[in-house]
Amino acid sequence: MSFKQDPEKHKKPKSNFSRRGFLQGVGISSGALTTGILETQAEAQTGAKVEGPGEVPITLEINGKPVRVNVEPRTTLLDTLRHRLELTAAKRVCDRGTCGACTVIIDGKVMYSCSVLAIDAQGRQIQTLEGLSQNGRPHAVSQAFTNNDAQQCGYCTPGFVMAAKGFLDRNPNPTYAEVKQGLGGNLCRCGTYMGVRKAVLEAAQAMKGAQNG
Amino acid sequence: MANLPDYHWPPMGKRRVMGKPMNRLDGIAKSSGAAKYNSDVKPEGMLFGALLTSPHAHAKVKAIDTSAAQKLNGVEAVRVVANPGTEVQWAGAEIAFVAARTEEIANDAIRLIKVDYEVLPHLVSEEDLSKTGNRARAVGEQVTGDPEKAFKEADAVSEGHYGIPVLTHCCLEPHGQTIAVKGDHIEYFPSTQNVYGIATDIGRALNIPVSNVHVHMDYMGGGFGSKFPADVWGVEAAKMSQSSGGKPVKMFLDRATELSIAGNRPSIFANVKTAAKRDGTITAWESQTWSTGGIGGGNVNGQLFPYVFNKVPNRRVNHTAVSVNAGGARAWRAPIHPQVCFVTCSALEDLAAKLNMDPLEMFVKNLNYTARADLYKFQFDKAAELMEWKKNWHPRGDSGSGPVKRGLGLALGTWGGAGHFSTCKTTIHPDASVEVELATQDLGTGSRTMVAMIAAETFGLPVSAIKVKIGDNSYPNSGGSGGSTTSGGITSSTRKSSMNALQKLFEVVAQSLNVTADELEAVDGRIRVKGNPDRGMSFQQAAQKLGVNSISEMGENNPRQAPQEGLNTGGTGGVQMADVSVDTETGIVKMNRIVAVQDCGLVVNPKTAESQVFGACIMSVCGALYEERIMDQQTGRVLNPDMEFYKLAGIGDIGEIIVHMDIREENDRRGVIGLGEPCAIGGLAAIANAVANAIGVRVPRVPLTPARVLAALERRTA
Repeated sequence: MSFKQDPEKHKKPKSNFSRRGFLQGVGISSGALTTGILETQAEAQTGAKVEGPGEVPITLEINGKPVRVNVEPRTTLLDTLRHRLELTAAKRVCDRGTCGACTVIIDGKVMYSCSVLAIDAQGRQIQTLEGLSQNGRPHAVSQAFTNNDAQQCGYCTPGFVMAAKGFLDRNPNPTYAEVKQGLGGNLCRCGTYMGVRKAVLEAAQAMKGAQNG
Repeated sequence: MANLPDYHWPPMGKRRVMGKPMNRLDGIAKSSGAAKYNSDVKPEGMLFGALLTSPHAHAKVKAIDTSAAQKLNGVEAVRVVANPGTEVQWAGAEIAFVAARTEEIANDAIRLIKVDYEVLPHLVSEEDLSKTGNRARAVGEQVTGDPEKAFKEADAVSEGHYGIPVLTHCCLEPHGQTIAVKGDHIEYFPSTQNVYGIATDIGRALNIPVSNVHVHMDYMGGGFGSKFPADVWGVEAAKMSQSSGGKPVKMFLDRATELSIAGNRPSIFANVKTAAKRDGTITAWESQTWSTGGIGGGNVNGQLFPYVFNKVPNRRVNHTAVSVNAGGARAWRAPIHPQVCFVTCSALEDLAAKLNMDPLEMFVKNLNYTARADLYKFQFDKAAELMEWKKNWHPRGDSGSGPVKRGLGLALGTWGGAGHFSTCKTTIHPDASVEVELATQDLGTGSRTMVAMIAAETFGLPVSAIKVKIGDNSYPNSGGSGGSTTSGGITSSTRKSSMNALQKLFEVVAQSLNVTADELEAVDGRIRVKGNPDRGMSFQQAAQKLGVNSISEMGENNPRQAPQEGLNTGGTGGVQMADVSVDTETGIVKMNRIVAVQDCGLVVNPKTAESQVFGACIMSVCGALYEERIMDQQTGRVLNPDMEFYKLAGIGDIGEIIVHMDIREENDRRGVIGLGEPCAIGGLAAIANAVANAIGVRVPRVPLTPARVLAALERRTA
């Protein structure tokens, strides 16, 4: 599949990454160093063009299609998906890289979209849960989550499904113990973990079947 | 005229749909990302709201300047809720709201609002009662029998201190809504447990007739008791919509605010003294408890002590409510029961240890003090079998010489859960499609699926033939989801409306089959004559006889009549056992296993019922080992209003969980009973008891963090 590429290949962002926007976004500039010094140093090191602070047009590759969108440089990929592109499967829960509800797959790697700036996601293959269903048919992982009742309120579920998909891509034959380890980056409040464990194992079987068939 | 239909549930052995494990109907919608929660909806022209909260736990607003925020390009509404002179009583209290074209602009505007506070003294901790001064209020003493005499005559007396902190609901979908107010009409998309009732709440606040309020909610991301009212953020978002000419406004709390002010579970701290005879018979209970649920203090119904065993003849129960400057408590899955259960089961386990007795033996011995001795006896036996209690239990602390100690613990719980008021409309269309409409909500408990299963059972149709319409207040009134009352309410109203509709269909069909309506039954997609299965017609053919008219019939569950009707009832019990390993060098507690045996009367969908119990056990692990709202004494703020440090268990932290739904004819006969709360009570106490059993000493406070475990071990050796 197209998104399953060597993660190293895209390690360096192709984007016009704005260090200033990033720094403003995370509030580092309020520290002892002045913003001016940081910016100068940052630009000297990267040679990056400064974008913003207002909205800038960018193009994202989402579920195999280029999508043009205007975002502020400080805007996360998660907020861009949810607020600008109406791709709302990824959820905003902790908004700081703990709970995994916002999980997407970027260049084959499972990532928290709340912790990636949209401008930094340019040139990378972004896969969201919306892109998993094919011709209206649910993906094997989604089906397994339903079969094993691996969801209650369902708000953590999209993140779990994406984390499970990414996990199974790397490890198609997981043991029960590996599932518990591999899905540790997602949190659920209703307590659906027993179902999730079974669902991931069932999905592994189903995905293998699909490949063989 | 035919008689009233027989609404009774079909006998256990004759059910075709009810009682069979079934995938939830909205499973694929949720797991494929298609499900739109109200935090996902984005009506045309929507503005984003943001909220400024108080950084001080107690302060008076002296001045507030919103001029810079108002001038910011993209800002469409600014509203101050804490005007000068307002005294705020907790950090996180609402000060002002902004609505803007983008969320980024709304947040910028919030940062431009200047507030001048006069900071006042605060109290945020209730743990040490002696330091709470005039913020503590005694709420009276209850005495039964002669506790002094009983303690004097006892063979064993045990004393202990126990504490459980304030927890927050930590709903993954935060509190909030998207709302549009155009003229005197409201389109309302809240995250709520109260689809029908919340319309009245918002209508009143805006002085708009409830008949003009339209509530929509297909999915909601967790409530656990905290999502009933419209709340300040709902009313203010509505007012910002009004002032911006009716544009929809989205206002959901950010995580820090969610964990600070959107509800919490009161703490409880307790000094307990218990007494027993040598044979393990409990003779006396004395408890002094205190708790907080915010500025209003924390009340505990003293009648609940000792929990479940509340017929212990000699009791003295005291409680003190402590008012603190922190966000207010809200109902939290089985309000106050997990806390009272923890205090009781810990104290009784300590008493058993004092007698050098197996606590299972002692709990069983005293079941005549409970309201359901036979039920609990069966459940303890079943749980003990699943846990291999006899083989694995050892006297307290007698767990080998290595650093890792294993132990077992147990607890029990009870809850009401009788069905709430619910009305439902069932429609049979001439094309044989069937709709069931009611203004209930599915919090993830599987209520949508349950409604479909009841209708399918009644009509003899597959579940896929039933269209369930919920989550909209234009459907018939059905209660809010609190107190585990939903299952009983909605299954009963669905049964009755569906039976009533079926009866009408029977009346239409009877003539052509040359029988009376009461001779007919609906089975396997057919309407047929009882005792003569070949004489009949398909459901499709029967519906065609309606011509151009549909049948629509109502059904109602009225809690006052429900006990006579027998479709639902209240009163349930469950037991939990826990198996843990504790590393006495690091203090880390590892879950090995939880066993839960749970009754909830007639189980409609064993699959989602089991999920509820799994979830409750996992929530118990969170409460026992990880969760705690930590207040900063200096600033008065919540120190951990995030998900790194307000810890929930992860998928690898919970050990194995074995759930046994106590499905038996005698339980089934009581009808449907709600399940959400009863299963969420005992797990925490069972885990705490297992740790005490493992390490030979009581860790008085949960969560059982490594530091607390090590401190308890140190006191033992000191």
